[in-house]
Amino acid sequence: MSDATVIQVEGLTKRFGDLVAVDNLSFSVQRGEILGLLGPNGAGKTTTIQMMLGLTTPTAGTVRILGMDIRRHRREILQRVNFSSAYVALPSNLTVLENLTVFAWLYGIRRPRKRIEALLELFEIPQVLHQITGALSSGQQTRVNLCKAFLNDPEVLFLDEPTASLDPDIAEKVRSTLLHIQKERGVTMVYTSHNMREVELVCDRLLFLSRGKVIASGTPKEVIRRARSRSLEDVFIRIARGGVLVDTQQPEED
Amino acid sequence: MGLRVAAIVVRHLFLYRRSLARAGEVFFWPVMDLLVWGFLTRYLQEHEIPLGVGWLLGGVIFWDILYRSQQAITLSLHEEIWVRNVLNVFLSPLSMGEYLLATSLMGIIKATLTLAVLGSLAYLFYAFNIWTMGLALVPFVACLLLFGWAVGMVTMAIILRYGQAAEALVWGVPFLLQPFSAVFYPLEALPAGAQVFSRLLPSTYVFEGMRAALTTGAVEGRLLATAFLLDLIYLAFGAAFFAWMFRIVQEKGYLSRLGME
Repeated sequence: MSDATVIQVEGLTKRFGDLVAVDNLSFSVQRGEILGLLGPNGAGKTTTIQMMLGLTTPTAGTVRILGMDIRRHRREILQRVNFSSAYVALPSNLTVLENLTVFAWLYGIRRPRKRIEALLELFEIPQVLHQITGALSSGQQTRVNLCKAFLNDPEVLFLDEPTASLDPDIAEKVRSTLLHIQKERGVTMVYTSHNMREVELVCDRLLFLSRGKVIASGTPKEVIRRARSRSLEDVFIRIARGGVLVDTQQPEED
Repeated sequence: MGLRVAAIVVRHLFLYRRSLARAGEVFFWPVMDLLVWGFLTRYLQEHEIPLGVGWLLGGVIFWDILYRSQQAITLSLHEEIWVRNVLNVFLSPLSMGEYLLATSLMGIIKATLTLAVLGSLAYLFYAFNIWTMGLALVPFVACLLLFGWAVGMVTMAIILRYGQAAEALVWGVPFLLQPFSAVFYPLEALPAGAQVFSRLLPSTYVFEGMRAALTTGAVEGRLLATAFLLDLIYLAFGAAFFAWMFRIVQEKGYLSRLGME
Protein backbone atom coordinates (compact mmCIF):
# COMPACT_ATOMS: atom_id res chain seq x y z
CA MET A 1 0.00 0.00 0.00
CA SER A 2 1.72 3.18 -1.20
CA ASP A 3 1.53 6.51 0.63
CA ALA A 4 -0.90 7.73 -1.99
CA THR A 5 -3.27 4.82 -1.38
CA VAL A 6 -5.71 5.81 1.32
CA ILE A 7 -8.15 2.91 1.08
CA GLN A 8 -7.14 -0.62 0.17
CA VAL A 9 -9.81 -3.31 -0.08
CA GLU A 10 -8.66 -6.86 -0.79
CA GLY A 11 -10.76 -9.96 -1.35
CA LEU A 12 -13.67 -8.50 0.56
CA THR A 13 -16.49 -11.01 0.81
CA LYS A 14 -19.70 -11.14 2.79
CA ARG A 15 -22.07 -14.08 2.85
CA PHE A 16 -25.43 -14.09 4.60
CA GLY A 17 -26.23 -17.79 4.60
CA ASP A 18 -26.39 -18.82 0.96
CA LEU A 19 -26.52 -15.25 -0.29
CA VAL A 20 -23.21 -13.74 -1.39
CA ALA A 21 -23.76 -10.03 -0.86
CA VAL A 22 -20.18 -9.01 -1.65
CA ASP A 23 -18.04 -11.35 -3.70
CA ASN A 24 -14.25 -11.12 -3.46
CA LEU A 25 -14.12 -7.38 -4.01
CA SER A 26 -10.74 -5.65 -4.42
CA PHE A 27 -10.07 -2.00 -5.11
CA SER A 28 -8.09 0.94 -3.86
CA VAL A 29 -8.70 4.67 -3.53
CA GLN A 30 -5.94 7.22 -3.88
CA ARG A 31 -5.44 10.32 -1.75
CA GLY A 32 -7.73 13.15 -2.87
CA GLU A 33 -9.74 10.91 -5.18
CA ILE A 34 -13.54 10.83 -5.26
CA LEU A 35 -14.68 7.28 -5.86
CA GLY A 36 -18.30 6.68 -6.83
CA LEU A 37 -19.60 3.36 -5.53
CA LEU A 38 -22.63 2.66 -7.65
CA GLY A 39 -25.13 -0.03 -8.38
CA PRO A 40 -28.80 -0.90 -8.18
CA ASN A 41 -30.47 -1.77 -4.88
CA GLY A 42 -29.08 -5.06 -3.62
CA ALA A 43 -25.84 -4.71 -5.59
CA GLY A 44 -23.78 -4.88 -2.41
CA LYS A 45 -22.60 -1.28 -2.08
CA THR A 46 -24.17 -0.67 1.33
CA THR A 47 -22.71 -3.90 2.70
CA THR A 48 -19.34 -2.92 1.23
CA ILE A 49 -19.43 0.46 2.94
CA GLN A 50 -20.57 -1.14 6.20
CA MET A 51 -17.56 -3.44 6.11
CA MET A 52 -15.25 -0.57 5.19
CA LEU A 53 -16.45 1.31 8.26
CA GLY A 54 -16.29 -1.69 10.57
CA LEU A 55 -20.05 -1.90 11.13
CA THR A 56 -20.27 -5.36 9.61
CA THR A 57 -17.73 -8.15 9.97
CA PRO A 58 -16.54 -9.49 6.59
CA THR A 59 -16.69 -13.21 5.89
CA ALA A 60 -13.28 -12.84 4.22
CA GLY A 61 -10.91 -10.14 3.06
CA THR A 62 -9.37 -7.03 4.52
CA VAL A 63 -9.99 -3.30 4.55
CA ARG A 64 -7.13 -0.93 5.22
CA ILE A 65 -7.80 2.78 5.63
CA LEU A 66 -4.95 5.26 6.11
CA GLY A 67 -2.62 2.28 6.37
CA MET A 68 -4.52 0.63 9.23
CA ASP A 69 -6.72 -2.45 9.35
CA ILE A 70 -10.30 -1.43 10.16
CA ARG A 71 -10.88 -4.42 12.41
CA ARG A 72 -7.82 -3.75 14.58
CA HIS A 73 -7.69 0.05 14.49
CA ARG A 74 -11.30 1.06 14.02
CA ARG A 75 -11.23 3.86 16.57
CA GLU A 76 -7.99 5.42 15.26
CA ILE A 77 -9.40 5.28 11.75
CA LEU A 78 -12.76 6.78 12.73
CA GLN A 79 -10.94 9.66 14.42
CA ARG A 80 -9.63 10.65 10.95
CA VAL A 81 -12.68 9.65 8.90
CA ASN A 82 -16.25 10.90 8.79
CA PHE A 83 -19.58 10.00 7.29
CA SER A 84 -22.79 11.62 6.17
CA SER A 85 -25.96 10.08 4.83
CA ALA A 86 -29.27 11.46 3.70
CA TYR A 87 -30.87 8.68 5.74
CA VAL A 88 -29.18 9.51 9.01
CA ALA A 89 -30.17 12.55 11.03
CA LEU A 90 -28.96 14.60 13.95
CA PRO A 91 -31.22 14.74 17.04
CA SER A 92 -34.11 16.93 16.04
CA ASN A 93 -34.84 18.59 19.38
CA LEU A 94 -31.33 19.90 19.97
CA THR A 95 -30.11 23.18 18.50
CA VAL A 96 -27.54 23.08 15.73
CA LEU A 97 -24.90 24.39 18.13
CA GLU A 98 -25.73 21.71 20.71
CA ASN A 99 -25.65 18.93 18.13
CA LEU A 100 -22.39 20.01 16.59
CA THR A 101 -20.81 20.56 20.01
CA VAL A 102 -21.71 17.01 21.06
CA PHE A 103 -20.14 15.59 17.89
CA ALA A 104 -17.11 17.85 18.16
CA TRP A 105 -16.53 16.42 21.63
CA LEU A 106 -16.92 12.90 20.29
CA TYR A 107 -14.09 13.74 17.89
CA GLY A 108 -11.99 15.19 20.69
CA ILE A 109 -12.42 18.90 19.86
CA ARG A 110 -12.64 20.56 23.25
CA ARG A 111 -13.63 24.12 22.25
CA PRO A 112 -15.42 23.76 18.94
CA ARG A 113 -17.46 27.00 18.74
CA LYS A 114 -15.19 28.76 16.21
CA ARG A 115 -14.91 25.66 14.05
CA ILE A 116 -18.69 25.18 14.08
CA GLU A 117 -19.26 28.81 13.07
CA ALA A 118 -16.68 28.55 10.27
CA LEU A 119 -18.30 25.38 8.87
CA LEU A 120 -21.78 26.88 8.98
CA GLU A 121 -20.37 29.89 7.16
CA LEU A 122 -18.76 27.62 4.57
CA PHE A 123 -22.08 25.89 3.89
CA GLU A 124 -23.84 29.29 3.83
CA ILE A 125 -26.11 28.67 6.80
CA PRO A 126 -24.58 30.76 9.65
CA GLN A 127 -28.07 31.87 10.75
CA VAL A 128 -29.09 28.38 11.96
CA LEU A 129 -26.56 28.19 14.81
CA HIS A 130 -29.12 28.57 17.60
CA GLN A 131 -32.08 27.05 15.79
CA ILE A 132 -33.67 23.71 16.67
CA THR A 133 -32.34 21.19 14.16
CA GLY A 134 -35.74 19.59 13.54
CA ALA A 135 -37.20 22.97 12.56
CA LEU A 136 -34.76 23.49 9.70
CA SER A 137 -35.59 22.91 6.05
CA SER A 138 -34.32 19.64 4.56
CA GLY A 139 -31.66 21.60 2.65
CA GLN A 140 -30.43 23.21 5.86
CA GLN A 141 -30.49 19.89 7.71
CA THR A 142 -28.42 18.26 4.98
CA ARG A 143 -25.86 21.02 5.23
CA VAL A 144 -25.77 20.77 9.03
CA ASN A 145 -25.15 17.02 8.62
CA LEU A 146 -22.27 17.86 6.30
CA CYS A 147 -20.91 20.33 8.85
CA LYS A 148 -20.92 17.40 11.30
CA ALA A 149 -19.01 15.37 8.73
CA PHE A 150 -16.29 18.02 8.44
CA LEU A 151 -15.93 18.75 12.16
CA ASN A 152 -12.82 16.59 12.56
CA ASP A 153 -11.27 17.78 9.29
CA PRO A 154 -11.48 14.22 7.93
CA GLU A 155 -8.93 12.73 5.58
CA VAL A 156 -11.53 10.31 4.26
CA LEU A 157 -15.22 11.05 3.90
CA PHE A 158 -18.01 8.57 3.18
CA LEU A 159 -21.00 10.28 1.61
CA ASP A 160 -24.19 8.29 1.13
CA GLU A 161 -26.53 10.13 -1.25
CA PRO A 162 -25.67 13.49 0.27
CA THR A 163 -28.02 15.45 -1.98
CA ALA A 164 -31.03 13.10 -1.92
CA SER A 165 -34.27 15.01 -1.33
CA LEU A 166 -32.70 18.40 -2.06
CA ASP A 167 -34.03 20.75 -4.71
CA PRO A 168 -31.69 21.26 -7.70
CA ASP A 169 -30.53 24.68 -6.52
CA ILE A 170 -29.51 23.53 -3.02
CA ALA A 171 -28.12 20.27 -4.42
CA GLU A 172 -25.86 22.27 -6.74
CA LYS A 173 -24.71 24.48 -3.85
CA VAL A 174 -23.93 21.43 -1.73
CA ARG A 175 -22.01 19.79 -4.58
CA SER A 176 -20.00 22.95 -5.21
CA THR A 177 -19.11 23.29 -1.54
CA LEU A 178 -18.09 19.64 -1.32
CA LEU A 179 -15.89 19.94 -4.39
CA HIS A 180 -14.40 23.17 -3.09
CA ILE A 181 -13.47 21.58 0.25
CA GLN A 182 -12.24 18.44 -1.47
CA LYS A 183 -9.90 20.43 -3.72
CA GLU A 184 -8.72 22.71 -0.94
CA ARG A 185 -8.01 19.98 1.63
CA GLY A 186 -7.43 16.95 -0.58
CA VAL A 187 -10.09 14.91 1.17
CA THR A 188 -10.58 11.40 -0.19
CA MET A 189 -14.24 10.61 -0.73
CA VAL A 190 -16.32 7.51 -1.25
CA TYR A 191 -19.56 8.67 -2.78
CA THR A 192 -22.81 6.82 -3.39
CA SER A 193 -25.73 8.28 -5.25
CA HIS A 194 -28.54 7.26 -7.55
CA ASN A 195 -28.31 10.59 -9.33
CA MET A 196 -26.08 9.68 -12.28
CA ARG A 197 -25.77 13.27 -13.49
CA GLU A 198 -24.38 14.21 -10.10
CA VAL A 199 -22.04 11.24 -10.09
CA GLU A 200 -20.68 12.34 -13.45
CA LEU A 201 -20.05 15.83 -12.11
CA VAL A 202 -18.50 14.82 -8.80
CA CYS A 203 -16.68 11.51 -9.11
CA ASP A 204 -13.17 10.99 -10.49
CA ARG A 205 -13.65 7.25 -10.80
CA LEU A 206 -16.52 4.80 -10.57
CA LEU A 207 -17.06 1.25 -9.42
CA PHE A 208 -20.31 -0.24 -10.66
CA LEU A 209 -21.41 -3.17 -8.54
CA SER A 210 -23.90 -5.85 -9.39
CA ARG A 211 -24.56 -8.93 -7.28
CA GLY A 212 -21.58 -8.09 -5.12
CA LYS A 213 -19.07 -7.88 -7.96
CA VAL A 214 -17.45 -5.02 -9.84
CA ILE A 215 -18.86 -5.12 -13.34
CA ALA A 216 -17.58 -1.77 -14.59
CA SER A 217 -14.94 0.66 -13.45
CA GLY A 218 -13.09 3.72 -14.67
CA THR A 219 -13.72 7.42 -15.04
CA PRO A 220 -17.34 8.32 -15.82
CA LYS A 221 -16.42 8.97 -19.47
CA GLU A 222 -14.56 5.66 -19.76
CA VAL A 223 -17.45 3.71 -18.29
CA ILE A 224 -19.92 5.34 -20.69
CA ARG A 225 -17.65 4.79 -23.68
CA ARG A 226 -16.86 1.18 -22.89
CA ALA A 227 -20.50 0.39 -22.29
CA ARG A 228 -21.35 2.04 -25.63
CA SER A 229 -24.02 4.03 -23.85
CA ARG A 230 -25.07 7.63 -24.13
CA SER A 231 -24.95 8.42 -20.43
CA LEU A 232 -24.23 6.97 -17.01
CA GLU A 233 -27.94 6.75 -16.46
CA ASP A 234 -28.18 4.37 -19.44
CA VAL A 235 -25.34 2.30 -18.01
CA PHE A 236 -27.10 2.19 -14.65
CA ILE A 237 -30.42 1.15 -16.16
CA ARG A 238 -28.79 -1.61 -18.19
CA ILE A 239 -27.02 -2.94 -15.12
CA ALA A 240 -30.16 -2.72 -13.00
CA ARG A 241 -32.14 -4.64 -15.63
CA GLY A 242 -29.52 -7.34 -15.83
CA GLY A 243 -28.21 -6.37 -19.24
CA VAL A 244 -24.69 -7.41 -20.21
CA LEU A 245 -22.26 -4.55 -20.55
CA VAL A 246 -19.84 -4.68 -23.44
CA ASP A 247 -16.13 -4.26 -22.80
CA THR A 248 -16.39 -3.00 -19.25
CA GLN A 249 -14.74 -5.78 -17.33
CA GLN A 250 -11.70 -3.93 -16.17
CA PRO A 251 -9.26 -5.64 -13.89
CA GLU A 252 -8.90 -3.64 -10.72
CA GLU A 253 -5.69 -1.75 -10.22
CA ASP A 254 -3.50 -2.34 -7.18
CA MET B 1 -12.18 9.18 26.79
CA GLY B 2 -13.60 11.69 29.28
CA LEU B 3 -14.66 14.12 26.57
CA ARG B 4 -16.43 11.43 24.53
CA VAL B 5 -18.28 10.15 27.61
CA ALA B 6 -19.19 13.73 28.54
CA ALA B 7 -20.47 14.28 25.00
CA ILE B 8 -23.04 11.49 25.33
CA VAL B 9 -24.10 12.61 28.82
CA VAL B 10 -24.46 16.23 27.69
CA ARG B 11 -26.33 15.15 24.56
CA HIS B 12 -29.04 13.61 26.78
CA LEU B 13 -29.03 16.47 29.28
CA PHE B 14 -29.67 18.87 26.37
CA LEU B 15 -32.59 16.68 25.39
CA TYR B 16 -34.04 16.52 28.91
CA ARG B 17 -33.85 20.28 29.15
CA ARG B 18 -35.89 20.68 25.99
CA SER B 19 -38.23 17.70 25.84
CA LEU B 20 -41.23 17.59 28.18
CA ALA B 21 -41.72 13.90 27.44
CA ARG B 22 -38.16 13.07 28.50
CA ALA B 23 -38.22 15.31 31.55
CA GLY B 24 -41.53 13.67 32.50
CA GLU B 25 -39.72 10.39 32.61
CA VAL B 26 -37.57 11.69 35.47
CA PHE B 27 -40.18 13.77 37.28
CA PHE B 28 -43.77 13.19 36.18
CA TRP B 29 -44.13 9.39 36.26
CA PRO B 30 -42.21 8.86 39.51
CA VAL B 31 -44.33 11.54 41.18
CA MET B 32 -47.53 9.92 39.87
CA ASP B 33 -46.36 6.60 41.30
CA LEU B 34 -45.67 8.22 44.63
CA LEU B 35 -49.09 9.90 44.74
CA VAL B 36 -50.98 6.67 43.98
CA TRP B 37 -49.11 4.59 46.53
CA GLY B 38 -49.00 7.48 48.99
CA PHE B 39 -52.78 7.90 49.01
CA LEU B 40 -53.21 4.14 49.39
CA THR B 41 -50.80 4.11 52.32
CA ARG B 42 -52.65 6.97 53.98
CA TYR B 43 -56.02 5.29 53.47
CA LEU B 44 -54.76 2.07 55.02
CA GLN B 45 -53.33 3.97 57.96
CA GLU B 46 -56.52 5.94 58.54
CA HIS B 47 -58.48 2.71 58.65
CA GLU B 48 -55.94 1.28 61.05
CA ILE B 49 -55.02 -1.56 58.79
CA PRO B 50 -51.65 -2.71 60.10
CA LEU B 51 -48.84 -1.90 57.74
CA GLY B 52 -45.20 -0.94 57.96
CA VAL B 53 -45.65 2.78 57.33
CA GLY B 54 -42.70 3.21 55.06
CA TRP B 55 -42.87 -0.07 53.21
CA LEU B 56 -44.98 1.04 50.31
CA LEU B 57 -43.46 4.52 49.98
CA GLY B 58 -39.93 3.25 50.45
CA GLY B 59 -40.68 0.55 47.90
CA VAL B 60 -41.93 3.12 45.38
CA ILE B 61 -38.86 5.31 45.78
CA PHE B 62 -36.37 2.45 45.62
CA TRP B 63 -38.16 0.79 42.73
CA ASP B 64 -37.95 4.01 40.74
CA ILE B 65 -34.19 4.12 41.27
CA LEU B 66 -33.82 0.64 39.76
CA TYR B 67 -36.22 1.49 36.95
CA ARG B 68 -34.51 4.79 36.03
CA SER B 69 -31.10 3.14 36.11
CA GLN B 70 -32.18 0.47 33.61
CA GLN B 71 -34.04 3.02 31.50
CA ALA B 72 -31.09 5.39 31.32
CA ILE B 73 -29.16 2.79 29.36
CA THR B 74 -31.91 1.45 27.13
CA LEU B 75 -33.73 4.72 26.47
CA SER B 76 -30.49 6.44 25.49
CA LEU B 77 -30.01 3.93 22.70
CA HIS B 78 -33.66 3.97 21.79
CA GLU B 79 -33.60 7.74 21.56
CA GLU B 80 -30.82 7.50 18.96
CA ILE B 81 -32.87 4.96 16.99
CA TRP B 82 -35.97 7.17 17.08
CA VAL B 83 -34.11 10.16 15.68
CA ARG B 84 -31.99 8.09 13.23
CA ASN B 85 -28.76 9.16 14.92
CA VAL B 86 -27.37 5.69 15.70
CA LEU B 87 -24.89 5.61 12.84
CA ASN B 88 -23.60 9.11 13.56
CA VAL B 89 -22.83 7.98 17.11
CA PHE B 90 -21.36 4.57 16.30
CA LEU B 91 -19.31 5.85 13.37
CA SER B 92 -17.58 8.32 15.67
CA PRO B 93 -14.50 7.26 17.66
CA LEU B 94 -16.73 6.46 20.64
CA SER B 95 -16.26 2.89 21.86
CA MET B 96 -19.16 0.73 23.00
CA GLY B 97 -17.60 0.66 26.48
CA GLU B 98 -17.59 4.47 26.59
CA TYR B 99 -21.19 4.54 25.42
CA LEU B 100 -22.22 2.13 28.19
CA LEU B 101 -20.27 4.18 30.73
CA ALA B 102 -21.94 7.40 29.60
CA THR B 103 -25.43 5.92 29.77
CA SER B 104 -24.64 4.45 33.19
CA LEU B 105 -23.65 7.92 34.37
CA MET B 106 -26.98 9.14 33.04
CA GLY B 107 -28.51 6.46 35.27
CA ILE B 108 -26.79 7.95 38.31
CA ILE B 109 -27.99 11.45 37.41
CA LYS B 110 -31.58 10.30 36.84
CA ALA B 111 -31.67 8.12 39.95
CA THR B 112 -30.27 10.95 42.09
CA LEU B 113 -32.88 13.37 40.78
CA THR B 114 -35.64 10.81 41.31
CA LEU B 115 -34.48 10.10 44.86
CA ALA B 116 -34.26 13.80 45.69
CA VAL B 117 -37.70 14.64 44.28
CA LEU B 118 -39.57 11.61 45.61
CA GLY B 119 -37.82 11.69 48.98
CA SER B 120 -38.79 15.35 49.45
CA LEU B 121 -42.38 14.91 48.25
CA ALA B 122 -42.91 11.82 50.42
CA TYR B 123 -41.82 13.85 53.42
CA LEU B 124 -44.01 16.84 52.50
CA PHE B 125 -47.17 14.93 51.58
CA TYR B 126 -47.05 11.85 53.77
CA ALA B 127 -44.55 12.67 56.53
CA PHE B 128 -42.45 9.74 55.38
CA ASN B 129 -38.78 10.56 55.84
CA ILE B 130 -36.53 8.30 53.80
CA TRP B 131 -33.56 10.46 54.77
CA THR B 132 -33.68 8.92 58.26
CA MET B 133 -31.78 6.05 56.65
CA GLY B 134 -28.89 8.49 56.34
CA LEU B 135 -25.71 7.15 54.80
CA ALA B 136 -27.24 3.67 54.68
CA LEU B 137 -29.10 4.92 51.62
CA VAL B 138 -25.85 4.93 49.64
CA PRO B 139 -25.20 1.17 49.50
CA PHE B 140 -28.89 0.44 48.88
CA VAL B 141 -29.01 2.89 45.99
CA ALA B 142 -25.69 1.61 44.65
CA CYS B 143 -26.99 -1.97 44.62
CA LEU B 144 -30.08 -0.92 42.70
CA LEU B 145 -28.03 1.13 40.22
CA LEU B 146 -25.73 -1.81 39.53
CA PHE B 147 -28.63 -4.19 38.98
CA GLY B 148 -30.32 -1.60 36.75
CA TRP B 149 -27.16 -1.38 34.63
CA ALA B 150 -26.96 -5.16 34.31
CA VAL B 151 -30.60 -5.40 33.23
CA GLY B 152 -30.05 -2.37 30.98
CA MET B 153 -27.12 -4.04 29.21
CA VAL B 154 -29.16 -7.16 28.51
CA THR B 155 -32.10 -5.09 27.25
CA MET B 156 -29.84 -2.92 25.10
CA ALA B 157 -28.23 -5.99 23.56
CA ILE B 158 -31.66 -7.36 22.63
CA ILE B 159 -32.65 -4.01 21.11
CA LEU B 160 -29.43 -3.94 19.06
CA ARG B 161 -30.19 -7.43 17.83
CA TYR B 162 -33.92 -7.09 17.14
CA GLY B 163 -34.28 -3.34 16.56
CA GLN B 164 -37.55 -1.47 17.01
CA ALA B 165 -39.43 -4.77 17.26
CA ALA B 166 -37.98 -5.09 20.76
CA GLU B 167 -39.14 -1.61 21.79
CA ALA B 168 -41.59 -2.92 24.39
CA LEU B 169 -38.68 -4.42 26.33
CA VAL B 170 -37.41 -0.95 27.23
CA TRP B 171 -40.37 -0.52 29.55
CA GLY B 172 -41.39 -4.14 30.02
CA VAL B 173 -38.29 -5.90 31.34
CA PRO B 174 -38.20 -4.21 34.77
CA PHE B 175 -41.84 -5.14 35.34
CA LEU B 176 -41.02 -8.79 34.72
CA LEU B 177 -38.70 -8.53 37.71
CA GLN B 178 -40.92 -6.41 39.94
CA PRO B 179 -43.25 -9.14 41.29
CA PHE B 180 -40.25 -11.26 42.29
CA SER B 181 -38.21 -8.43 43.80
CA ALA B 182 -40.45 -8.17 46.88
CA VAL B 183 -40.80 -4.45 46.27
CA PHE B 184 -44.05 -3.84 48.15
CA TYR B 185 -44.31 -6.99 50.29
CA PRO B 186 -41.92 -9.24 52.17
CA LEU B 187 -40.31 -12.22 50.50
CA GLU B 188 -42.41 -14.69 52.48
CA ALA B 189 -45.57 -13.27 50.89
CA LEU B 190 -44.56 -15.00 47.65
CA PRO B 191 -45.34 -18.66 46.90
CA ALA B 192 -42.50 -21.03 47.75
CA GLY B 193 -41.56 -21.65 44.11
CA ALA B 194 -41.44 -17.93 43.34
CA GLN B 195 -39.26 -17.35 46.41
CA VAL B 196 -36.56 -19.53 44.87
CA PHE B 197 -36.41 -17.21 41.85
CA SER B 198 -36.66 -14.13 44.06
CA ARG B 199 -33.62 -15.19 46.03
CA LEU B 200 -31.60 -15.06 42.82
CA LEU B 201 -32.33 -11.34 42.35
CA PRO B 202 -30.19 -8.71 44.09
CA SER B 203 -33.17 -6.38 44.20
CA THR B 204 -34.97 -8.77 46.59
CA TYR B 205 -32.22 -8.32 49.20
CA VAL B 206 -32.25 -4.55 48.76
CA PHE B 207 -36.00 -4.31 49.38
CA GLU B 208 -35.82 -6.75 52.28
CA GLY B 209 -32.92 -4.73 53.68
CA MET B 210 -34.81 -1.47 53.21
CA ARG B 211 -37.80 -2.79 55.16
CA ALA B 212 -35.54 -4.04 57.93
CA ALA B 213 -33.75 -0.69 58.09
CA LEU B 214 -37.01 1.27 58.18
CA THR B 215 -38.44 -1.02 60.87
CA THR B 216 -35.46 -1.48 63.16
CA GLY B 217 -33.20 1.39 62.12
CA ALA B 218 -30.35 -1.08 61.58
CA VAL B 219 -28.82 -2.09 58.27
CA GLU B 220 -28.42 -5.82 57.80
CA GLY B 221 -24.97 -6.21 56.30
CA ARG B 222 -25.66 -9.78 55.22
CA LEU B 223 -28.50 -8.67 52.94
CA LEU B 224 -26.43 -5.89 51.38
CA ALA B 225 -23.44 -8.16 50.88
CA THR B 226 -25.63 -10.76 49.14
CA ALA B 227 -27.12 -8.05 46.92
CA PHE B 228 -23.64 -6.76 45.94
CA LEU B 229 -22.38 -10.24 45.21
CA LEU B 230 -25.37 -10.99 43.00
CA ASP B 231 -24.96 -7.59 41.33
CA LEU B 232 -21.41 -8.51 40.32
CA ILE B 233 -22.60 -11.81 38.87
CA TYR B 234 -25.39 -10.10 36.93
CA LEU B 235 -23.04 -7.37 35.68
CA ALA B 236 -20.59 -9.99 34.43
CA PHE B 237 -23.43 -11.88 32.76
CA GLY B 238 -24.86 -8.65 31.28
CA ALA B 239 -21.48 -7.66 29.85
CA ALA B 240 -20.88 -11.13 28.38
CA PHE B 241 -24.38 -11.25 26.90
CA PHE B 242 -23.92 -7.78 25.43
CA ALA B 243 -20.56 -8.71 23.89
CA TRP B 244 -22.05 -11.90 22.41
CA MET B 245 -25.05 -10.09 20.93
CA PHE B 246 -22.89 -7.26 19.61
CA ARG B 247 -20.72 -9.78 17.80
CA ILE B 248 -23.84 -11.24 16.15
CA VAL B 249 -25.05 -7.72 15.27
CA GLN B 250 -21.73 -7.05 13.52
CA GLU B 251 -21.79 -10.43 11.76
CA LYS B 252 -25.29 -9.83 10.43
CA GLY B 253 -24.87 -6.12 9.70
CA TYR B 254 -27.82 -5.15 11.92
CA LEU B 255 -26.24 -1.98 13.29
CA SER B 256 -26.56 -0.24 9.98
CA ARG B 257 -30.16 -1.39 9.54
CA LEU B 258 -30.90 -0.14 13.04
CA GLY B 259 -29.60 3.28 12.14
CA MET B 260 -31.88 3.70 9.18
CA GLU B 261 -35.02 1.66 9.90
